[in-house]
Amino acid sequence: MSAPRPREPRAVRLVLIGLALAAIGLFLLVPLAAVFVEAFRHGAGAWFAAVSDPDARHAVKLTLLVAAIAVPVNAAFGLAAGWALGKFRFPGRNLVLTLVDLPFAVSPIVAGLVFVLVFGRSSPLGGWLAGHGIEVVFAVPGIVLATVFVTFPFVARELVPLMQSQGTDEEEAARVLGAGFFKTFLRVTLPNVKWALLYGVVLCTARAVGEFGAVSVVSGHIRGATNTLPLHVETLYNEYATQGAFAAASLLTLVALAAMLAKAFLSRHAGEEAP
Amino acid sequence: MSIEVRSVSKSFGAFLALDDVSLRVGNGELVALLGPSGSGKTSLLRIIAGLEEPDRGTVLFHGEDATRRDARERGIGFVFQHYALFRRMTVFENVAFGLRVKPRDERPPEAAVRKRVTDLLKLVQLDWLGDRLPSELSGGQRQRVALARALAVEPKVLLLDEPFGSLDARVRQELRRWLRRLHDEIRLTSLFVTHDQEEALEVADRVVLLDRGRIVQAGTPRELFERPATPFVLDFLGSVNIFHGRVENGRALLGPLSVDYPEHPHSESAPASGYARSWEIDLARDTGGPGGFLATVRHVSVAGAVVRLELDPDDGSSLKVEISRERFEELAPEPGERLRVTPRKVRVFLTEPGRE
Repeated sequence: MSAPRPREPRAVRLVLIGLALAAIGLFLLVPLAAVFVEAFRHGAGAWFAAVSDPDARHAVKLTLLVAAIAVPVNAAFGLAAGWALGKFRFPGRNLVLTLVDLPFAVSPIVAGLVFVLVFGRSSPLGGWLAGHGIEVVFAVPGIVLATVFVTFPFVARELVPLMQSQGTDEEEAARVLGAGFFKTFLRVTLPNVKWALLYGVVLCTARAVGEFGAVSVVSGHIRGATNTLPLHVETLYNEYATQGAFAAASLLTLVALAAMLAKAFLSRHAGEEAP
Repeated sequence: MSIEVRSVSKSFGAFLALDDVSLRVGNGELVALLGPSGSGKTSLLRIIAGLEEPDRGTVLFHGEDATRRDARERGIGFVFQHYALFRRMTVFENVAFGLRVKPRDERPPEAAVRKRVTDLLKLVQLDWLGDRLPSELSGGQRQRVALARALAVEPKVLLLDEPFGSLDARVRQELRRWLRRLHDEIRLTSLFVTHDQEEALEVADRVVLLDRGRIVQAGTPRELFERPATPFVLDFLGSVNIFHGRVENGRALLGPLSVDYPEHPHSESAPASGYARSWEIDLARDTGGPGGFLATVRHVSVAGAVVRLELDPDDGSSLKVEISRERFEELAPEPGERLRVTPRKVRVFLTEPGRE
């Protein structure tokens, strides 16, 4: 038997529903529409010119490059963390679990500053690297590092609880049947979490593409060199090139919308994996 | 292949799971490890499988030390309590797994794999379910898939952890008879863990009874049943009544009972308890004769082949008695009636210090 539905007066219900819809419209739909309206204010031609501007194209390429490195790295980290923290008990496990969430707790600006401190030319490590011709801060490696740091928890947070709830029974069964570590991992452990892994990867990608704070600190905003797409948007906006800024922003918004769709699709499958 | 365990101990933190346990399972034997939860039976099984390492002691397969051998190389089949079927693989692929992960030079060709898996699924009467996922099967079917999967790699030893633990009563009954028949056919050295005494006594050639990490008694079901070594064994293998008291001068004085106990001829008394199984007790109308004691019938349960009665002796304790249906109809006891209770057999054990 289902619980009886609460019976509010009809007027109260209508007002509440109306308020909720108004809030969604005002805070979510209007800004979303505004991005595209502004982007196309001067027509499709102007939009196309703005996104195919050399600086914009470079920003897109850099953003994709950073995501292409950060996402696989974090997928691998996340799998390793899920496996170690989800399947085993060891001293210090809770500490590691807390550390995994650190990038969520720390403000991205602080994270960026830390990377500048550690890898900047004035630090021993940064100086040594510079001596060997490797620039980290105000260069691509710094942007990648900052993005990896900020997006680190996304995959791990999906996998740790799932792998923990799935337990180690199937891995033990595989071992008794003669499978080694890699065969067990590839044939049993990985297939059992593949949807959750993809789900985490989607979230991680969306954040890696959109990350602003930490990247902003370490990049140095060098046009055509260290500007990612979000930084490019800011640069244009600060120069009152509103239409260009919104054209670039519309690209970021499209990525976000694609991520939302993928997330909705994957979350259904990821739910099946819970034991 | 025989299994031998020598002086194995294992602790988990402060908890001593196994305390100097030794055990031998002969080639082709079917042995049950029986005990209450926390008695260490599953730890022992996992140590034999190589899934757990003993702190001390050795495990021998066929007389060879296998203590340090990896679980993969022990040639065992293991059936997990919750089956541990690979949830993303079909029944067929589950059974084929052990063959497919063999090193390339030992791996049978695809046709041989298909034949072996089909044969095994026929053996467990599930060949029509090969393309299902484990989640689409009933508990009993999953259990049989787990068994087929374990047998696929032609193990020398079969280990089963609570194989019928999570099945309902009727399926359990069927499956354990089926397991016994299967064992009689293939004669694989097998060891299974259970907390259900009926299951152990019905299926196994030999039963090893564990309590708090130690083996209390090992023997055929009949030996354990007829000559229980300790009160624990007696209590674990069926319903018993306990009478507390003492022994002195060759007699055991146990509340309302008094029986011979020639093992203690001394005049100083020692605490002791007497145990009478609920079906080794006679009930009769009181004729004022000697022997036994009086008790009031509290409850009668007539469902089943035997009739169970609960009686209240005058000392405030409670008594469980089982009598045959014929005897019940002859006697026709009513709740509230006083009957004379005479145990036919009382086993007396001296009370060990520190034990109930």
